[in-house]
Amino acid sequence: MSDQVLLAVEAISKSYPGVKANEDVSFAIAEGEVHALLGENGAGKSTLVKMIYGLVKPDSGQMRFRGRPFAPVAPREARQAGVAMVFQHFSLFEALNVAENVALGMENPPVMRELAARIRAVSEEYGLPLDPARRVGDLSAGERQRVEIIRCLLQEPKLLIMDEPTSVLTPQEVEILFRTLRQLSSEGTAILYISHKLEEIRALCDAATILRRGKVVATCVPRQTTARAMAELMVGATLTPPERRATAKGEVVLGVTDLSLASPIPFGTALKNVSFTVARGEVLGIAGVAGNGQDELLLALSGELRSAPDKVRVNGHAAGDYGPLERRGAGLVAAPEDRYGHAAAPDMSLVENAFLTGALRRGLTRRGFIDWRATRAFAEEVIASYDVRTPGSHVAARALSGGNLQKFLIGRELDQAPEVIVINQPTWGVDAAAAAAIRQAILNRAAEGAGVVVISQDLDELLEIADRFAVLNGGRLSKPRPVEGLTIDEIGLMMGGAHGMEVAHHAEA
Amino acid sequence: MLRLERRPTPSRFWQYGTPVVAVVLTMIAGGLLFALLGKDPFAVIRTIFWDPLFGEFAWYLRGQLLVKAGPLILIAIGLALGFRAGIWNIGAEGQYVMGAVIGASVGLAAYPTESRLIYPAMVLAGAFGGWIWAMIPAILKTRFNTNEILVSLMLVYVAETILAKAATGFLRNPEGAGFPGSRSFSSYKAASNPELIAGSGLHWGGVAALVTAGLVYVLLQRHILGFQIKLAGQAPRAARFHGVNPTRLVVFCMGISGALAGLAGLFEVSGPAGQISIDFNSGYGFTAIIVAFLGRLNPLGIVLAGLLMALTYVGGEMAATNIGLPSAAIQVFQGMLLFFLLGVDVLSNYRIRFLLFVKEAR
Repeated sequence: MSDQVLLAVEAISKSYPGVKANEDVSFAIAEGEVHALLGENGAGKSTLVKMIYGLVKPDSGQMRFRGRPFAPVAPREARQAGVAMVFQHFSLFEALNVAENVALGMENPPVMRELAARIRAVSEEYGLPLDPARRVGDLSAGERQRVEIIRCLLQEPKLLIMDEPTSVLTPQEVEILFRTLRQLSSEGTAILYISHKLEEIRALCDAATILRRGKVVATCVPRQTTARAMAELMVGATLTPPERRATAKGEVVLGVTDLSLASPIPFGTALKNVSFTVARGEVLGIAGVAGNGQDELLLALSGELRSAPDKVRVNGHAAGDYGPLERRGAGLVAAPEDRYGHAAAPDMSLVENAFLTGALRRGLTRRGFIDWRATRAFAEEVIASYDVRTPGSHVAARALSGGNLQKFLIGRELDQAPEVIVINQPTWGVDAAAAAAIRQAILNRAAEGAGVVVISQDLDELLEIADRFAVLNGGRLSKPRPVEGLTIDEIGLMMGGAHGMEVAHHAEA
Repeated sequence: MLRLERRPTPSRFWQYGTPVVAVVLTMIAGGLLFALLGKDPFAVIRTIFWDPLFGEFAWYLRGQLLVKAGPLILIAIGLALGFRAGIWNIGAEGQYVMGAVIGASVGLAAYPTESRLIYPAMVLAGAFGGWIWAMIPAILKTRFNTNEILVSLMLVYVAETILAKAATGFLRNPEGAGFPGSRSFSSYKAASNPELIAGSGLHWGGVAALVTAGLVYVLLQRHILGFQIKLAGQAPRAARFHGVNPTRLVVFCMGISGALAGLAGLFEVSGPAGQISIDFNSGYGFTAIIVAFLGRLNPLGIVLAGLLMALTYVGGEMAATNIGLPSAAIQVFQGMLLFFLLGVDVLSNYRIRFLLFVKEAR
């Protein structure tokens, strides 16, 4: 790491109708520095890096790259200058292999054989095991990320931007990634690292710029700052960790027995002999790397996928062949991961979306006719009690930010007096304060006697709220174990360790 | 340069504004077309849009408006339900024909009995004819995942063949000296669908269209089934999560649209058309697709759109006879309406930015 400034951002502002995404933002990254951009959802991190990558044009302010004015109008120009970016959501074609996917992202791809050799060389050099001939549809999330990273590294960037890179990784895979990033940094590549996982930033980054509501509120050296202090800077308030009351466990309210189901999703994972029980007052945490059957498990529990009646028992009902409406009737509510299009209809208003699942348990219909007044009252109750920031209940769901919509959708399910709650990724993409509120609300329902299943890729979250813990790996569920006494390392091994390491050994051999 | 920018929420103004813009654009482009054909565009546009309402023969033509609008509205409302749910019944023309043939068969079978029960039986048979014809693509879709667009469209040509067979064969008037065509319903009182108020053009089909518009409006606004239809069209996965059964929804929407098209056919054959003939169908089933979209898939909008489309029919015929405009030009003109509507529809979800302008603003 040298002190030479690589990229200087000077007083940049960007407004969208109704919001100031960035206001007067300045910071600098030195050559070879690992710089964290820290902030809650909606703090303006994404807008800022999109401007650096040429996807969005700033309204005012300027940038300098190695001292020269830098104003990319397209990602192509940013890439030419030496800026590369790994997005949170991968843009890969599942039906193509690794090398073909890499070629698609390049300006002048070399012939396949040569490209495959270069991919192999880069992947070995940086300890990112990857076989160029494998089809992307068969790769784990961590391996897919390596495809994106290698695609960037082939351009030999001066600045690598990484947007929330660890959300899809096992702890072991995070370690591999960090080793790679440190190596890149020691070779002089600067890294702009976007995250809200504070321990990671403390382990990896040299400097941090903290954004709140579009403005820079602080800069700090993460190694010398506590995670708690950074979190409070980020949120602008004191944080209270969720409160757990020890609750006596009641009878079993959800029982799944030897459930095997084919996946309806292309490249999905079939469920294989899944069995577990959840008692009243208990939270079962289900971990696993994305794509190991989480979506399928949620569908099988919500009633969108049906099975033999006795495979799923809800609150005493043999509910395997129940549809979603009947399962709600039996007392089960569910919250899928994908908010825009699955848990909510994006173009419909919040009122209509409140009706989407609340119709039955909240008694919002009379002989098939919708009581819109009661539905609006329900929507507004959820908005008020879960602090959903919206101009009103008439707004289309797609107009809300991910975190705000999630608060609404979780609130919608929790406010239906449920007996069984199933949630996939409760706080994915949600800011720290909102995530804490959501976790607390889940725990409150458990304390009131609901049985809860939380499927999540955030291990810290599961360890914080779950009583028992199991892992989905390749569609199989491990035997649930009490959370007390589990270590992160043990969990990582339950999750399948580092995916694709066998390829690394193969490549080295 | 122009650039489209997605609106956070659809513009309410443009949702209702686009049909108006589309009509204006159609008039302009149509006027150019008529001018190229060597006709005075202003005279043609006036003949189509003004004369039927306020011209010399308006006393007669106004009635014709309701005659034409009735079946268009009835069919379009059924189609709109399906379109809202993402179920594309393109074969309403065939369902219309089958409703007419089966409904007429029931009436003709009872000839010459006079009974109050005959007409209601025909109405039921007409609805059944359209319903059963729509069930073919519906069941093929739910069982074998076939494409309802293709199947329903191809069944139109099957229905037309059956119609020709009916007119020349099994429904031919035995006292008609061998000419194709069935007995006339206007001279068979128990089975006829007369004008209810002299000169208004309103017959039972028009009444059915208005009543259906009201009922479907309530269904879509207030009933859970209407909610499920909209949900399935906008977010199919959310609809399954809510608990919509896709199979049942396809069967329901196809069934309703088929039955309404069949009803339209029955009212037409027993009323304005008067008999089953080879060229009985006049494209209402296809034009109704335009009407459905022009009316924003909203029952009340469809009533207005149906009246407007009827105007182009009536006015178009006037222009053909008085000015000598080819009837194909009228069909192009009607087609343009849908074309422009779909084109300007983008405004309700996107706003247009002039890029030059944005750059200067920086």
